[in-house]
Amino acid sequence: MSVLELRQISKVYGEGPAEVHALRGVDLSVDAGMMVAVMGPSGSGKSTLLTISGSLETPTSGEVVVEGVSLSGLSRSAKAQLRRRRLGFVFQDYNLLPGLTAVENVALPLELDGTSARTARRAALAALEELGLPGRADRFPDELSGGERQRVAIARAVVGERRLLLADEPSGALDSAAGETVMRMIHAACNRGVAAVLVTHDAQLASWADRVIFLRDGQVADQTRPPHGPESLLAKEPSQ
Amino acid sequence: MSVRHALLALLSEGPKYGLQLREEFVARTGEVWPLNVGQVYTTLQRLERDGLVESEDGAEPGPQKGYQITAEGERELGEWLRTPPDLSSPPRDELVIKVLVALTVPGTDVHEVIQAHRRYLIELMQQWTRLKEEDGGADVAFALVVDAELFRLDSVVRWLDSADGRLKRAATQAPVGRTNPKLPRRTGARR
Repeated sequence: MSVLELRQISKVYGEGPAEVHALRGVDLSVDAGMMVAVMGPSGSGKSTLLTISGSLETPTSGEVVVEGVSLSGLSRSAKAQLRRRRLGFVFQDYNLLPGLTAVENVALPLELDGTSARTARRAALAALEELGLPGRADRFPDELSGGERQRVAIARAVVGERRLLLADEPSGALDSAAGETVMRMIHAACNRGVAAVLVTHDAQLASWADRVIFLRDGQVADQTRPPHGPESLLAKEPSQ
Repeated sequence: MSVRHALLALLSEGPKYGLQLREEFVARTGEVWPLNVGQVYTTLQRLERDGLVESEDGAEPGPQKGYQITAEGERELGEWLRTPPDLSSPPRDELVIKVLVALTVPGTDVHEVIQAHRRYLIELMQQWTRLKEEDGGADVAFALVVDAELFRLDSVVRWLDSADGRLKRAATQAPVGRTNPKLPRRTGARR
C-alpha cells in the first residue's frame, strides 16, 4: 500500500509576469518500506515537492494522499495532528531545540500529541538506543557531534508510529562516514516499514534509495529502473 | 590493479605457497577481483625470472611450491607503493566525447543524452551501495574498494551535473538562433 501518493501536483508561486511554476503535474507513489530519492538541479522543485508531501504547503492543484487520506479534506489542526503522529522530518541543519536534551527533543512530538511524559520518554529512549545513542540521551544538542545531532533528528522523525519520513539533504554538512551512518539509519527505518522520501543533490546519498526520480523544471524528467543484482559488478578480471 | 605487486605485498609478510597467495589476494581485495590460479603461477614465474622472489629449491611446480620475497623484491614493492599512478594527462574519456559529439549532431538534445548517462551511473551506484549495505561495513577491505568505486562514479555524475548547468547557461546567453555555443568546439580542439 502506498504511504504517500502525489497525484498531478502543481505549485505556482506569484502571479502574472512574476509567476513561477515550481511543480507541474507531478505523480509519485511511495510504498511502505521504500526509499525514494529526488534529485535535480537547484530550482527544479525538489524542496517544494517535500514540503507539499509533508503538508507544510498546499499545492495549487492536484491531490496529496497520506496513508489513504487526502490532505485536501483535512482542517489545519487535522494536518498538524497528522504531522505529529505520522510524519517525520529530517533537515540538513537538524532543527533540534537547543534548550532540550536529546531525549527531550525526541519525545517532544509525542508529548505535544498528548502522550504522557513518561511514555514519551520511554519511546524516545528506545528510538535513541536503536540509533546507537543510548549514552547520549541526556546531552544537549551543543554537546553532541554533527553526526550525533543528525541521529537524534532521525530518532525524532521515526519515534512512535510514524510512517513517512521526509528528509532534505539529511547528511549535507556531515563527512562521508557520518553521512553513511545517517543513511544506514534511514534505511533501517525503511526495513521496519517506514516510507522515506529523500531530497538530495548528492548521488552517493541517492544511491541508497530503491528508486531515484529526477526533477527538471518542476516535472519528473526520468527515474531509475529497478536495480540488477549486485553480483553483476563482481566479474571483472584484474590486470597482470 | 597490479597482480605482480599485490603478490609481492603478500610475500612481504613471509614465505607462502601459490594456492595460499591466490586465496589471500581474493580475500584482501574484498573478493571484488577474482583471480585464477593460472594467473598466480604465471606472475610468480615472471617475478622469479626478474629476481624479485625466489622459490624453494627443488620443489615441484604446483599449489604447494613455496615462494619468498627477495631484497630486490622488497625494494621494488616500496617504490611501487609510493609511486603515484599516472593521472596527469587527461584521459580520452568516452563519456566526455559523447557529450561533446551530442552538441554537434542535429536534432539531438544534449540534456537528454546527459540524463541517460546520469541515470545509468546512479543505477550502478545503487548496485554498489547495495553491496556495501549488505556487508554492513564488517569487511574493511571490501568497504574501501566499494567506496573507491562510488567516489569515482560520483565524480562523473558531478561532471555531468556541471556540464548540464553550463550548457543551459550557455544556451540562454547565445544569440537567438544559435544553439551551439563556441565552448564545445574550443574544448574539442584542445583535445
